[in-house]
Amino acid sequence: MSTRAVILRVAALLLLLVFVTAPQLFAFAFAPLTANDAPAIYNQGSLLALTLSHLRIVALATLASTILAVALGIFVTRPAGREFLPLSRSLVNIGQTFPPIAVLAIAVPLVGFGDKPTFIALFLYGLLPIFENTLAGLSEVSPRTLEAAKGMGMNARQRLWQVELPLALPVMLAGIRLSVIISLGTATIGSTVAAKGLGEVIIAGLQSNNVAFILQGGLVVALLAILINDGLGLAERVAARRLGRPMGGLA
Amino acid sequence: MLTLRPALHLDRLGSVIAVLIGVALFASPFVTYRANRIVSGEGRLLVDALPPAGAVAVIAVVLGVALCAVLAQRPLVRLAAACLGLVTIFPAVGFSAGFVTPAGNTFARVSPAIGFWLLALALALLAADALTRLRLGPWGRLAALSLAAGALALLLLSGAWGDLSLMKEYANRAESFWREARQHLWLAFGSMLAACLAGLPLGMISHRVPALRSSILQGLGVVQTIPSIALFGILIAPLGYLAANVPLAAALGIRGIGAAPAFIALFLYSLLPVVANTMAGLAQVPADVTEAARGMGLSRRQRLVQIELPLAFPVILAGIRIVLVQNIGLATVAALIGGGGFGTFVFQGIGQTATDLVLLGALPTVALSFAAAIILDAIIDLTRRGAHDRD
Repeated sequence: MSTRAVILRVAALLLLLVFVTAPQLFAFAFAPLTANDAPAIYNQGSLLALTLSHLRIVALATLASTILAVALGIFVTRPAGREFLPLSRSLVNIGQTFPPIAVLAIAVPLVGFGDKPTFIALFLYGLLPIFENTLAGLSEVSPRTLEAAKGMGMNARQRLWQVELPLALPVMLAGIRLSVIISLGTATIGSTVAAKGLGEVIIAGLQSNNVAFILQGGLVVALLAILINDGLGLAERVAARRLGRPMGGLA
Repeated sequence: MLTLRPALHLDRLGSVIAVLIGVALFASPFVTYRANRIVSGEGRLLVDALPPAGAVAVIAVVLGVALCAVLAQRPLVRLAAACLGLVTIFPAVGFSAGFVTPAGNTFARVSPAIGFWLLALALALLAADALTRLRLGPWGRLAALSLAAGALALLLLSGAWGDLSLMKEYANRAESFWREARQHLWLAFGSMLAACLAGLPLGMISHRVPALRSSILQGLGVVQTIPSIALFGILIAPLGYLAANVPLAAALGIRGIGAAPAFIALFLYSLLPVVANTMAGLAQVPADVTEAARGMGLSRRQRLVQIELPLAFPVILAGIRIVLVQNIGLATVAALIGGGGFGTFVFQGIGQTATDLVLLGALPTVALSFAAAIILDAIIDLTRRGAHDRD
C-alpha cells in the first residue's frame, strides 16, 4: 500500500470516528439539505450507539457462521463426509441465488421483530461465502504436500491443524471478509424489522423525507464498510505473506 | 449388466433426508390454519390436514421416497423418487387448504407450515444431489429447468393452490403483482444492459491501457463494497438536487426517491463484474492467436471483433451471470426507496406481519434468480464448448 493510500484511510477512519461521536460538529454541512427547520443531524438516538450495535450484530453473526461453516467445510473434505461434498457444493451455488433480504423477511414470522431475525439472516447468509472459500482453500492444498506431511509421520489431525488449515487460511479469510461486507449491508436493511443499527438513520430519513438523515446514514454505513473491507483485506495479505506467497487480489 | 454389490448399503445423505422426512411427517404441522389474515394460527399435522385416505396415500408415497433415499444408489432412481415426492406434496398442500377451510368461510387463511417446508427441503435436497451426480450437460440442465417451470406453471394455473393464503394474497393484487414484476425485471435487466454498454468498452480500454487498470478496478471495488441501501441513500441527495434545479431531469422522471437512484446504484454495482471479466477474458486470449491474426493482415479492430472478443466471450458471460443474479436480488431493496419491484410486497408484508405477502414478493425473486443462474451457466458452458471447437 502506498503512503498516500495509508494516509487516506487513516483520515477516513478519523473522520468517521469524529462524525459518530460528535455529529453536531457537521450540522453546517447537512443543514442546506433540510427543509422546514427539520433537524440536520439524526436526533432519535446516538450515532455511536447505533454504530456499535450494528457492528456487534455483524461480529456475532460472522463469528457464529465462521465456526459452523469452517466445521462443515472440514467435515465434507474428510473421508467420513465425502458423500455430502457434491451436494454441499451445489447447495452453496443455489443458496447464493437467494437475496439476503428474502432470508431476512422470511425469518420475521418465525422469530418476531427485532435483532433476532437480523441475526438469523446474517448467520445463514454469512455461511455461504465462508463455506465456499473453506472448501476452495482446503481442496487447493496439493496432494503432494499432504503426502509429504504423511511421510513425516503426521496423523490426520496433525495434518489438518498444521498443514491444511494454515495453507487454506488466506482463502478462508477472503470468504470471511466477503461475508462481513454482505452482513454489514443486510444489517442495514435489518432496521426495517426493528433491529438496532445504522439503517435506522436512513429509514428515519425516508419516512420523514429528510435527505440530510438519508445522506449521513448512507455515508456512515458506506465508510464503515469500505474501512472494514480494507482492514480485513490487510489481514488476508498478512496471512498470505506468512506463507511466503504474495497474493494479488482485488483488495 | 450384472454387478456385485454389498447386500445393504446405507446412504449417509439419504439417512439424513429420511430423518428429515420422518420429523416433517409425524412431528411438525403440515399446514397452519388462521381465522383471518393477520392473527397467529394453529398447526395441523398431516393426518389432520387431509381426508384419511389422502393422508395415508401421501404418507405412503413420501415414506417410499425416504426408503429409496436410504437404499437406492442410482442417481436416476433417486431423482425419480424425489420428483414423485414433490409432485405429491405440492398439490396435496393445496388440497389440504380446501379441506381445512370451513365451507363458506372467506376470512380463514391456510398456509403451508414447517412440516411442508421440511418435506419440500428434504425432497429438493435429494433431487439436487441426484442432479449433481448425474452431471447433466447444458442442454440437460435447461431441459430439467423447463420441466420444473412447466410443472410449477401447471400447479399454479390449474388452481390447485387457489385455497392457499399465498394465492389469495396474489388474487387480491394480481394487477399490481404484474406491474411490480415488470418493474423488477426492468430494474434488474435494464441496469445490466446499461452496465454492459458502459462496462465492455471500459474493460477493453483498461485491457489496452495497463496504467488505468488498477485505478478502475479499485474504484469499482469500493463501490461494490458500499451496502445497497447506503448507496441508494447517497444517490438520493444529488438526484433530488437535480430534480429540483434542472427542469429536464425532472421531465425525464428523475426524482430523489424512486426508481432513478435504484437504477443508477444497480448500474454502478454491475460495472465491476462486467469490467473485471472483460479484462480477464481479453487477457487470457493466447498471444500466438493474436500474433497469427496480425500475420493474416487483420487490422486492430478486426482482431478485436473477430478474434479476441469471441474468445473472451465465455468469461464476459460469467461476469454477466454474476451481475444478473446480484441485480435480481438487490432490486428487491429498491422498494424501500419507492423504486418498486417485488420488494414492494416483501416490505408491505413485513409492515403488516403478513408472512404470505412476504412470500409473494420473495418467492418470485428467488425463482427468477435461480432460473437466471441456471440458464446463464448453461449458455456459458455452450459458448465454452463452441470456443473449444474453434481451437
